[in-house]
Amino acid sequence: MTLALEARNLSISFGGVEAVRNVDLRVTRGERRVIMGPNGAGKTTLFNLLGGQLRPTAGQVLVGDQDITALPPWRRARRGLSRTFQISRVFLPLTVWENLLIAVSGISGFGPRAFRKAGADKPAARRIDELLERWSLGEHRATPVQALSYGVQRLLEIALAFAASPQVVMLDEPTAGLSTGERAMVASRLKSLPRDVTLLLTDHDMDVVFEVSDRIMVLDRGRAIADGTPAEIRANPDVLDVYLGNI
Amino acid sequence: MSVNELIRLVFDASALGALLFLVSAGMSMIFGLMRIVNVAHGSFYLLGAYIAFGMLKVVDNQLLSYVVAIGVVTLFGAVLYSMLIERVATQPLRQILLTFGVVLVVGDIALFFWRGVPAALPVPDLLSGQFAIGRLTFPVYRLFVIGLGLAVAISLDIAQRKTRIGAMIRAGSDDLTMLACMGVNVRVLFVSVFAFGAALAALGGVLGGMFLGVYPGIDLDIVNLAFVVVIVGGLGSMRGAFAASLLIGLLDNITKAYVPELSLFAIYLLLVLVLAFRPTGLFAQRRIA
Amino acid sequence: MNRLWWVCAILLLAASALVSAGLVPPYYIGLMTEVMILALFVMSLDLLVGLVGLDSLGHAAFFGIGAYVVGLMSLRGVEDMGVLLLAAIAGGFVLGLAFGSIALRALGPYFLIITLALGYLPNALAIRWRGLTGGDDGLVMLGRPTLASYSLDSPARYFFLVAVVLVICVCLMQAIARSTFGYGLRGIRESPVRMTALGYHVWTYQYAAFVIAAVFASVAGALNAGYNLFVSPVDFGIERSAGALVAVILGGAGTLIGPAIGALAIMALRHSIGAVTQHWPLVLGLFYIAVILYAPRGLAFGLSDLLARWRRR
Repeated sequence: MTLALEARNLSISFGGVEAVRNVDLRVTRGERRVIMGPNGAGKTTLFNLLGGQLRPTAGQVLVGDQDITALPPWRRARRGLSRTFQISRVFLPLTVWENLLIAVSGISGFGPRAFRKAGADKPAARRIDELLERWSLGEHRATPVQALSYGVQRLLEIALAFAASPQVVMLDEPTAGLSTGERAMVASRLKSLPRDVTLLLTDHDMDVVFEVSDRIMVLDRGRAIADGTPAEIRANPDVLDVYLGNI
Repeated sequence: MSVNELIRLVFDASALGALLFLVSAGMSMIFGLMRIVNVAHGSFYLLGAYIAFGMLKVVDNQLLSYVVAIGVVTLFGAVLYSMLIERVATQPLRQILLTFGVVLVVGDIALFFWRGVPAALPVPDLLSGQFAIGRLTFPVYRLFVIGLGLAVAISLDIAQRKTRIGAMIRAGSDDLTMLACMGVNVRVLFVSVFAFGAALAALGGVLGGMFLGVYPGIDLDIVNLAFVVVIVGGLGSMRGAFAASLLIGLLDNITKAYVPELSLFAIYLLLVLVLAFRPTGLFAQRRIA
Repeated sequence: MNRLWWVCAILLLAASALVSAGLVPPYYIGLMTEVMILALFVMSLDLLVGLVGLDSLGHAAFFGIGAYVVGLMSLRGVEDMGVLLLAAIAGGFVLGLAFGSIALRALGPYFLIITLALGYLPNALAIRWRGLTGGDDGLVMLGRPTLASYSLDSPARYFFLVAVVLVICVCLMQAIARSTFGYGLRGIRESPVRMTALGYHVWTYQYAAFVIAAVFASVAGALNAGYNLFVSPVDFGIERSAGALVAVILGGAGTLIGPAIGALAIMALRHSIGAVTQHWPLVLGLFYIAVILYAPRGLAFGLSDLLARWRRR
């Protein structure tokens, strides 16, 4: 059973504060893994460690079998790892189509081909159309992103992460700020994704979490306190404590 | 070079350095606290000198003229900030261009009133004359400038570390929102700091007018050097600004003595090197976000 | 925005027609030539400021290197404008490589300051190194270069040279702006963090843009030298850099055509003030202040909207 993404004994401290402590995470290929935890548990910090935005003070990050701990984010992206951000970082003054173009062209690197007219590359143009279709963004194709509602911008944020056909996608609170209908749509899209893509996500919406996930890891104050199937997690008293504050 | 020449060089460099410190200290505080790049800081220097010069022609009292000159420039600084600069408070590029416009305007007005004739301010009787150490004589006046610069540096450093205002400024340099949340009227603080910086620059202008003279174009000359001092010394650091001022003063004097073709070049090269390798400054103690 | 391009293209065509028919007095031909050179310089800066989001205050360094390469080579007997342009491009390229690698070590507002400082270096060098550059007095060229054996001596002929070079450069700049590379630059301007997460090596893109902008600026400098037959440290100066930035802001950063219009507006202003009063720094300074405070997005957007409304009525 090959691991798509792995964290071994991952830790990071800021000054004296240990934001993430000795986290071991194993995500198998095709799995839908969720990281849960109350606010401040270290979920986004963990994502930043996995994505390369932060360097750990201890531990390793692996994609496939390769140690990527020392690699900067752009190299990790080229190894097939992509992510979304908790606060949408979409390119506001540009249209949806242009946003996707940028995302699709990222991993091909800098070279003479980059100087061709945008959209002249047929495979890229087809891929963009595919993405517009898959994430229901077709009608907004030529609209500047800053004119769109936050919900649609969030969808675009997700679409950007899938643009370059990555192998592992990390979604940081993908449904944050979305309406109920939009959340349901995102959940069903994620569920319907083919199993050659591995998903790692974090979210506060329990419905989405339990619907989409194969396995769940619960973090509390930087440490993993539970790791199991949704049923196991639901029945775990420590998890309830953490969420209901039973101290 | 003989020991005597070396001593004289260091002495002159220190006088220049002290003057530079007066101009740069304000700029460093403003840049460090408010993140404002004010190219017109040199215009405060220019105006300080020229207004004092103009006042002296009308009133025969040196002290009064100098105080009025500094006062007028301080007021001008406060007005400049609250009416113009505040509007572009978050955009460094626009600040630079806006204040560059101010430089052009002030420079032209100064040209109009004082005809572009290089002027010098008279040294007060109390401070004129020479004093001797061994076989060397030095102008008393330059010693005064060095002493004053040192005194201001020490007071500012103590004020920054020990007074409430100093604490506000240091806090504000790190986290402005937090400062406002703690009930500090940030706007009043900013206007005051800016005006204080202008006052220091005007003081520099008055003092400098006595040994460098004042001429059209000195506004840009002095702000160029002040810029280098602020960056090399580290934003907001008074000790850094003082050390950097002395360093620049030395660099300027040495290059002018031996390779005058390259003196400005050498100073800018220093700036580029510092920015490329230690952008927070050579002497900064804190890391700037 | 496309309409603006068409309008300017038509204006250029009309001007060219009038010039070739001999209907324009030499003074005005010269003025139009200067405007085109300035427009090229300002547009090259827009590639950096508008497209990548790198505010550079030292762009005149590249204008100056183009000018000085032409001046120095011409004084040593090189007469062909084609050769001179190529040499200027080489100069801009090399200086761009050097300055870019240093400037990009500094980020955010420090980039602005470091480009300012870098811009001072060639300026100071040109002033001090009298032996090579003639110092403050500058270099006076002996005669106008020729293009192959075609003389460029008349104002009209030089006008056409500049027009052709301008059109070629604009087409290249537009192609770059509309390419995938160009969009990559825009992405970097908006969110470098996102771009690295998408697999872009941000530094390479910024560096490439910096060098490309430098090359176009050096072409403008070369054309300027050929026009004025005189180069001086002012070509490297802060006034030129600052003036170009104001033109970019006035015209509308990122649109290419906007800054060109901004350059035209500033040129017109400078010539009309200069004719009326000696106090042009005062007026220019007030103008800078007004532009910064009151031109939020720039003329290009305002004019574009106006044109759109005019077509619709």
